[in-house]
Amino acid sequence: MTARHAAPLLAVGLAASLHIAGAEEPVVRVGSKAFTESFILGEIVADVIERTGEARVERRFGLGDTGITYRAVAHGDIDLYPEYTGTLSQMILGTPSARSVAELRQELRGAGLTIGNPLGFSNTYALAVRRETSQRLDLRTISDLARHPELEGAFSPGFTDREDGWPGLARHYGLALARLRVMEHALTYEALARGKVDVIDIYSTDGKLGRLDLQILRDDRRFFPDYQAVLLAREDFVRRFPRSWRALERELEGRIDEARMSRLNARADLDGKRLPEVAAEFFGRAPSDGHGGGGLGAEIAGLAAEHLHLVVVSLAVAVLFGVPLGILAARRPRLGQVELMAVGALQTIPSLALLCFMIPFLGIGKLPAFVALAVYALLPIVRNTHSGLVSVDRQLLEIAVVLGLDRRQRLVRIELPLASLHILSGIKTAAVWTAGTATLAAFIGGGGLGALIVRGLALDDVSLILAGAVPAALLALLIHAGFELLDRLLIPAGLRRNFARPT
Amino acid sequence: MNPERGREVRSGSCPMIQIEGVTKRFADAVAIDGVSTRFEGGLTHVLLGSSGSGKSTLLRLILGLVSPDSGSVRVDGLLVEPSSQRTLLGRIGYVVQEGGLFPHLTARRNVTLAAEARRWERERIDARVAELSTLVGFDEAVLALHPDQLSGGQRQRVGLMRALMLDPPLLLLDEPLGSLDPLVRSDLQHQLKEIFTPMAKTVVIVTHDIGEAAFFGHTITLMTKGRIVQQGTFADLSRRPASDFVTAFLNAQKPPPGLRELLS
Repeated sequence: MTARHAAPLLAVGLAASLHIAGAEEPVVRVGSKAFTESFILGEIVADVIERTGEARVERRFGLGDTGITYRAVAHGDIDLYPEYTGTLSQMILGTPSARSVAELRQELRGAGLTIGNPLGFSNTYALAVRRETSQRLDLRTISDLARHPELEGAFSPGFTDREDGWPGLARHYGLALARLRVMEHALTYEALARGKVDVIDIYSTDGKLGRLDLQILRDDRRFFPDYQAVLLAREDFVRRFPRSWRALERELEGRIDEARMSRLNARADLDGKRLPEVAAEFFGRAPSDGHGGGGLGAEIAGLAAEHLHLVVVSLAVAVLFGVPLGILAARRPRLGQVELMAVGALQTIPSLALLCFMIPFLGIGKLPAFVALAVYALLPIVRNTHSGLVSVDRQLLEIAVVLGLDRRQRLVRIELPLASLHILSGIKTAAVWTAGTATLAAFIGGGGLGALIVRGLALDDVSLILAGAVPAALLALLIHAGFELLDRLLIPAGLRRNFARPT
Repeated sequence: MNPERGREVRSGSCPMIQIEGVTKRFADAVAIDGVSTRFEGGLTHVLLGSSGSGKSTLLRLILGLVSPDSGSVRVDGLLVEPSSQRTLLGRIGYVVQEGGLFPHLTARRNVTLAAEARRWERERIDARVAELSTLVGFDEAVLALHPDQLSGGQRQRVGLMRALMLDPPLLLLDEPLGSLDPLVRSDLQHQLKEIFTPMAKTVVIVTHDIGEAAFFGHTITLMTKGRIVQQGTFADLSRRPASDFVTAFLNAQKPPPGLRELLS
């Protein structure tokens, strides 16, 4: 009974996914990582390409970190995204020690990729102190810092651990600090401004730099690798859309220095400007004529539909695999133990990690999201199908045998209907989980309401996070209500009336 | 399989059920301990004993739901084994305590399940259901209800209709009236007897109730600890008890109304 009802559900889901994949006009997919600067550059790039009219632009912004974006562009899931030379060097050569742009370009050719010329700014680690401290102690360079081991520092977690961060830096310059705290990057500025600490690590384009009275210590012995911003693109993109590539070269290369990037970051991070507005300001346009019109409301509606699509398809896949797996587990108790343990173990993989595991096999976008979400939804379905079947009254099963029902008839007519309460409640749990977990799909370009959350997190914009999170929660409630209704249709009347609902 | 087969009245010389040297162990406990016996066709046999005496296990051995560790069980001349089970089950009706109805199916679907599994035609099923409704005195509207909407007595009657659907020559009833209140129980006892008598079916009833045993049984088989203590008519057991246990067992329960006349 369950399988018979699941089939049309799956068909609808697949049809919907084909429909979305089926649009056949030239499309350029612009990616970005999940932090403000990358979002802004991504939006600026998208803006330039759109104005050439050469292709429709699909924004795949907020894709996790380099591991995801680099694979995505190498795999062809996106066409280009803003990257940094030091990061590329690390990615390809295993060391961030800066190579020239020409050398990197040579290396990338093997992967079918290329980079443009630097945009002008370098986003590298640096150390900053208050101007007052700098003047009082005559601190101008990192070398100067070695003379003041009495100072206290606050560093972001990444900087504290990375070899190209504090450990390497301290060795290179022979530095020591009286005390070293680890805290979120956003909080270190606050700690420094309030005089709680004396030194913090910064990125050279942080929006807050222009707003606080700070002194950046010069890297006089050249420890930090060069992280020049460049556009990393697929060679076939450059070939297929030459006007777009030339426009990007003309409008962006060498046009953005640290101060300008820092101001753009500040507009988004500190002034709460939306990405199209920041891009418009960059191009000196009036800010309202952006694309993607219809505003946030329309965007939420579109993303909610995409979210539902993610949930429906992955849930259908999970049901299609989970119910038979549950049946198998109930039939073969020993195999069943192993199976339930395996499915349970899958569940303990953090969902984001699971999503990332899929990338090498399935790339980014919808497909890996479907698979990862389906894997996640599997446990409650398998477990409840199993427990529902093993809890069916033994005597009723014997009677089914005595009445001459064969294995298939017993399963379809007796066991599954009797277990339907359990099975449906498992599917319901899975559906509600999936509605929540699906927000993570945005990290690998799967879209959905998570896209707003990812952007909100990157831009430190709570209203944007809520614009994604609240509809996602409402959707989960709606799905729950939908299943209550489905219960009435699928659960046999004789079971509904007098059997306690399993929890 | 031929549903008409049950119509033959069997002579006493042809055993419907033949059990030879059967032993069955569960984990450490011996449920059936070297039992040999036979049940003649066309009669009503009662398996009597307290719980754990092995009487229900004997029924399950006949049904092929459990297989013996040693010895053999034959039904209608056929050895009970996995390869013959499906054929044999078509010739056996089975009724359990409280009816054992499937809660998710209507009474009618419960009744027709065995016929559907054998791909009977619609008309044949309908005709048989009508016949059986008349037999147990049901308005067919009752059959549209689910088991939870039926009374205990109605459930038991549905269970009986289900067992009789294929018109099997052999009927096995495991404590069929065990859960019913006394009035309904006595009512149904009489009705069952009225149904069984003209059908000339072989009936095996498991019970721990002596009154019921006396009321139904052409023969009574008293069991304890997996063995048969005595087999015979009720008069045999009460007048010529094979052991003190027989007398003790028969005296342990207060005789129900009507039993005295029966004994006199």
